[in-house]
Amino acid sequence: MTKTVSRRNFLLKGALGGAAVTVGIPLLDCFLDGNGTAFAATLGGGRLPVRFGTWFWGCGMIPERWVPQAAGTGYDLPPQLAPIKAVQDRVSVLTGFDVQLDGKANLPHISGNTAVRTGEASDTWQGITGPTFDVLISDAIGSGSYFRALDLSLDGNPQTSYSFRNGSSMNASIPSPAELYQKIFGPDFHDPNTADFKPDPKYMVRQSVLSGVSEERSALLRRVGADDRSRLDQYFTSVREMEGKLALQLQKPPPAEACVRPEAPVAIKGDITDLGVRKANHKLMTQLLGMALACNQTRAFNMNFDTAAAELRRAGDTTGYHQSTHEELIDRELGYQPTVDKFATGSMEAWADFVETLSAIREGDGTLLDNMLVVAHSEVSFAKNHDVTGIPVMLAGRAGGKVKQGQHIRGSGEPISRIGLTAQQVMGVPVDSWGRGAMRSNRAVADILA
Amino acid sequence: MSGKLSRLALAVAAGLAGFGMVGSTTSFGGPSLSAPQPTVRRLTEAQYRAAIAEAFGPGIEVVGRFEPDMRVGGLAAVGASAVSITPAGFEQYDAIARHIAEQVFAEDHRAELVGCAPGSEDPDGARCAASFVTRAGLRLYRRPLSESQVRGAVARTIAGAQKLGGFDAGLQAVLVGMLTSPDFLFRIDVPARAGARDAIDSYSKATRLSFLLWNAPPDDALLAAAASNSLDTPEGLRTQVDRMIASPRFTEGVRAFFDDFLQLRDIDNLSKDALIYPAFSTTVAAAAREQTLRTITDLLVDNKGDYRDLFTTRRFAMTRALGPIYNVPVTASGWSIYEFPEGDPRIGLLTQASLLALHSHPGRTSPTLRGKSIRETLLCQEISPPPANVNFAVVQDVNNTTLKTTRQRLEAHLSDEECASCHKATDGLGLSLEQFDGAGSFRSTEHDEPIDVSGKFDKVPFSGVAALGQLFHDSPKVSQCLVSTVWRYANGRTVEVSDRPELDTLNASFAANGHRFVDLMRTIALDPRFYLMPRVPLAPSVVAADPQPSRRGRS
Repeated sequence: MTKTVSRRNFLLKGALGGAAVTVGIPLLDCFLDGNGTAFAATLGGGRLPVRFGTWFWGCGMIPERWVPQAAGTGYDLPPQLAPIKAVQDRVSVLTGFDVQLDGKANLPHISGNTAVRTGEASDTWQGITGPTFDVLISDAIGSGSYFRALDLSLDGNPQTSYSFRNGSSMNASIPSPAELYQKIFGPDFHDPNTADFKPDPKYMVRQSVLSGVSEERSALLRRVGADDRSRLDQYFTSVREMEGKLALQLQKPPPAEACVRPEAPVAIKGDITDLGVRKANHKLMTQLLGMALACNQTRAFNMNFDTAAAELRRAGDTTGYHQSTHEELIDRELGYQPTVDKFATGSMEAWADFVETLSAIREGDGTLLDNMLVVAHSEVSFAKNHDVTGIPVMLAGRAGGKVKQGQHIRGSGEPISRIGLTAQQVMGVPVDSWGRGAMRSNRAVADILA
Repeated sequence: MSGKLSRLALAVAAGLAGFGMVGSTTSFGGPSLSAPQPTVRRLTEAQYRAAIAEAFGPGIEVVGRFEPDMRVGGLAAVGASAVSITPAGFEQYDAIARHIAEQVFAEDHRAELVGCAPGSEDPDGARCAASFVTRAGLRLYRRPLSESQVRGAVARTIAGAQKLGGFDAGLQAVLVGMLTSPDFLFRIDVPARAGARDAIDSYSKATRLSFLLWNAPPDDALLAAAASNSLDTPEGLRTQVDRMIASPRFTEGVRAFFDDFLQLRDIDNLSKDALIYPAFSTTVAAAAREQTLRTITDLLVDNKGDYRDLFTTRRFAMTRALGPIYNVPVTASGWSIYEFPEGDPRIGLLTQASLLALHSHPGRTSPTLRGKSIRETLLCQEISPPPANVNFAVVQDVNNTTLKTTRQRLEAHLSDEECASCHKATDGLGLSLEQFDGAGSFRSTEHDEPIDVSGKFDKVPFSGVAALGQLFHDSPKVSQCLVSTVWRYANGRTVEVSDRPELDTLNASFAANGHRFVDLMRTIALDPRFYLMPRVPLAPSVVAADPQPSRRGRS
């Protein structure tokens, strides 16, 4: 391990410390500490970059069939959690963390999700007041990689995203594995492990053209009203991120031992709302995501397995998952809704697959997952009545050694914003409290910290 | 940011206020207003495409995924005043721009579109670059470039040419920069130099006008009118408006409005269960959207028709792909007008497959979704979201042996008071459309039980969609909703209290002119108020819900 690390450290210093950075923005700050020398000091202390992501599934679970009885490590796996058995040692289950509505109405499938993501329940996404916590984290860790974050959806719809800078700025998703492949491993991809590297002057020219665009900023901002100023400012921030990306293209990327350019994915046939087809597509997307991370193309992502108010179905059924949660009668003998149970269990199978796939990529003397923190969550607990108490959350990954894995932690009605706060702190966001109103908290979930 | 959104949301409510639907939102007592502000709207995908065609001709392909539009008060045209461009969105614009620029400089287009090169009299190509940038800039930025903009572009071309070893490569990179600049991607008003504080300059006027009537940037004639300031005179403006409405491009503008108004774009993401609705496919879905747009422009533009007749028309645009859904033989290739016979259940917009399929579930109909969309879109009424803790147990069991039809199952809903308050408004209308299945095909029974299509609209009982169409035709609410929607579309913002007099005048003239859609557009285009910078409220007091389309309630 030490050997790998020093080589990597050396190479990074050589590649980055010595390069002339020509753009006037702090694009490489995240690589460097205050003296501009050491690598990755803020990234969880790990020697390999620590990545962050979320994994979303819709319509929650049936509490009696999902929530483990025992707390701590080696927790029991009720039927809906049984699919994670093989990866249980890498997954922590967080139950009983609540959304405090602060007197607001519970808007089905929105209040819970906005509360988990922004630390304050809102009845519309457009009405949210702040960025979602994944954006706060990717702002802190993402700007030195080619893509600040990858937003991914599996329902073919780019609007399926729960990542927002503010109410009018959603980070649209890449809605298919084919598009993800094109974006990451298409013509602009530089294999970090190729021996020869020649900076392509076209990136320099594109950079200088973009700096011409940026020059208009102050004159334009002076002309418009305050709200439009912040919109245009956001546009110019996007331009600067692009400039930063082009600057990276001019430098030899540090080698990434786990990086192998994958083959272009072959599209899965069939109805993408069908659970089986969805899982197959998800597997494909996860493999590409894993390589995008291993190849240092991004450090942050949001994977949406399904929408809030899940639109998953089984081909041929008139009634889909979401409708079933409300309409299916509770089977008297079983004591639960059998169709709903199948979909909830199917979502956990996909999650287990996700964790397994990322664990299968070796990195340093561990795995890619060891250098990640993934927060998986839904938007409700018991979907039948849109319950926002005890919204299920799971964590995977060691975050480069900062996080203890494989535990069941009970929230006992504490605000669920504690989880968003913890994730931010683990990922190095300088924040001591987060959330609004009754959801404001300054207490990280200490049990998961190593 | 939240201030802006609240204001936008406010407009949703204010748009309704005129109809007395949402009483509480009318009493916000006139918030104080800002100074007049330039409007800043992001180009929509359709507008971007039209702009590229305008600048470089239809031979240039625009390939890529655009940042999604956001709807405010149901309209992307209003959301365009609230959205920005995210980093990932900018990457997309950049990739699309590079592809466009490559084509412009490719052999098959270069001579026509660039038309010059460095030579003995222009050794570094500075003159050529200036001429290209000036021409392309006028089209793309919808106004002449300033001298310093041209100078900067020429300098970057020459510097780029040196680094890349070729003039074309340098100029091509500069074009990419222009295509990703805020002057192109956003429509930003420039205040007039002289005159009232809220006046905008001639080029800004030309831009507003052409996006309203054509959903495209100004053409050469309109830019020339802007250059000569003739748009500042009533005659000059009238000449351009008449010319533009007479142009075939006006049809594009009308299509763009109805595509936004009826939210037809969502059809792109529509999926139906292939086992339950084998006749439905993405081809059928696209054809259904096209059918609605063609039916509308046939009536409203080609025949200068009455908007209200859309609800009673039997003239449907038809193409072969739709034959199986409508159960009619279509022999001709391409599009033609098919006239359904008297007595046929197909009558009016409400019975078109596009809207029927859009507001259904993948495997079955939804009277609730259909009723909700009709109320919200065509009547500008607001339907509250469902309460969180609903007891659905009484409601639905599709295999229920006693409650065989959707109506019977939904009526069980109404026994619960909390549900009934909204479902009475939605389901009554939706149930009258139950003879059309989730893909829009006709059926007369459900589980062998005849389908009851009776209902009440505004307390008037009716039976069947033909009768409902007639009630819509005769309802002032329907035409007033159209007027306020067109106004919001045109102005890219929600209705403020101070806008009410203008809307009242518009409603009166629309009715007086026989509800001619073309005249409505003309009236707005000729109105000097359309060319002013708006004052926006500083302290919003009402926030109305506007759930995103992909997350709206499903029942």
